[in-house]
Amino acid sequence: MLETLLSPLRKLGHWVIEAIWRLGMISRFFVAILMNSGQSLLRFHLVIREMYFSGVLSLIIIVVSGLFVGMVLGLQGYTTLVRFGSADALGALVALSLLRELGPVLAALLFASRAGSAMTAEIGLMKATEQLDAMSVMAVNPVARVVAPRFWAGVLSMPILAALFNVMGIIGGYAVGVLMIGLDSGSYWSQMQANVDLHVDVVNGLIKSLFFGMAVTLIAVYEGFDATPTAAGVSAATTRTVVTSALVILALDFVLTAFMF
Amino acid sequence: MKRSIIDLWVGIFVAIGLASIAFLSLKVANLTPQSADKSYVLYAEFDNIGGLKVKAPVKAAGVLVGRVSSIELDPKNYMARVNLSIDSQYSFSQDTSAEILTAGLLGEQYVGLVQGGDPEDLKPGGRIALTSSALVLEQLIGKFMTSFAEGGAAKDDKQP
Repeated sequence: MLETLLSPLRKLGHWVIEAIWRLGMISRFFVAILMNSGQSLLRFHLVIREMYFSGVLSLIIIVVSGLFVGMVLGLQGYTTLVRFGSADALGALVALSLLRELGPVLAALLFASRAGSAMTAEIGLMKATEQLDAMSVMAVNPVARVVAPRFWAGVLSMPILAALFNVMGIIGGYAVGVLMIGLDSGSYWSQMQANVDLHVDVVNGLIKSLFFGMAVTLIAVYEGFDATPTAAGVSAATTRTVVTSALVILALDFVLTAFMF
Repeated sequence: MKRSIIDLWVGIFVAIGLASIAFLSLKVANLTPQSADKSYVLYAEFDNIGGLKVKAPVKAAGVLVGRVSSIELDPKNYMARVNLSIDSQYSFSQDTSAEILTAGLLGEQYVGLVQGGDPEDLKPGGRIALTSSALVLEQLIGKFMTSFAEGGAAKDDKQP
């Protein structure tokens, strides 16, 4: 009787302790990456190699989805704005919503599912095939050799991808608003230029994406490093990367927005 | 893959990133490199500036000629002192007048300059003497209401 009452409580306690323990582990892992980054920044070609895999290979998905998001913003924004007789403000609407929110957030979500999951799977498989252990045996620190270059590559790639997403979105909005619907090209750009501030909107958006890059890659490399070294473990870790990244990006976005704007 | 190819691709990637940031700051945020020698400052004092903000446009005949660089309250005469940074290719006569206008019914407020007839031009740092304040909609409605009420009262007096 007592046991049936206590077991849910025990489960809850276990779950909370587990969550806090993981948070502590990920923080320690973050510090370990920072302490071991010196070596990877000296051998910068490692970072460049990882930037190829996480950044360059994400270009296509970022360009295409940026274009489509901008086009949808153009269509939806136009149908809403035209009711209030201010369809000319479409440029400002597209640019501000992309620069402040959609660009950094959507680029980070795409980055998490395209590059973050690949990072987790790669590191997890390295662990499962005991490559990380082999490195340790050869006195090569796996955090310095495998994890830190991926982390910095992700942090550097993310703002670039977000900026590209913004540009493609604005071009997509232009394509729909000006070329398809037939708004005035001059008012599209001038409304945008009148309402977008370099520091408040552009720079803050890029700072946001820098934070998202750090969060996503940290989660990705941690989950990979922490994965149970089996096929099922690696697949579970990959799923966790995408889910946790998405939640963290959205929560972090709220916090950063509250501080910035 | 060979290292040189990876380097090339990452180079392209970073170049695209820099180009995007340049596009965002130049074309979208309209960051025009403004050096100090290409503009000069005039100032004007207003009784009431309404909702005028720093960086609001300064227009002459509807053409953008500068921006509001700063707004402060003069501690001596309690007037709003508005500093205007004017593009140095334009010069205005000494009897130029400045007024605060609103773009559309609910649009942003800007400073409109009207050129006078004086052959002497305003020098950098000069003061625009003729100013008219912002039209504050609430005050206007208030005035209308009082005059309306007074009119009604006058009518009532006459009737008996």
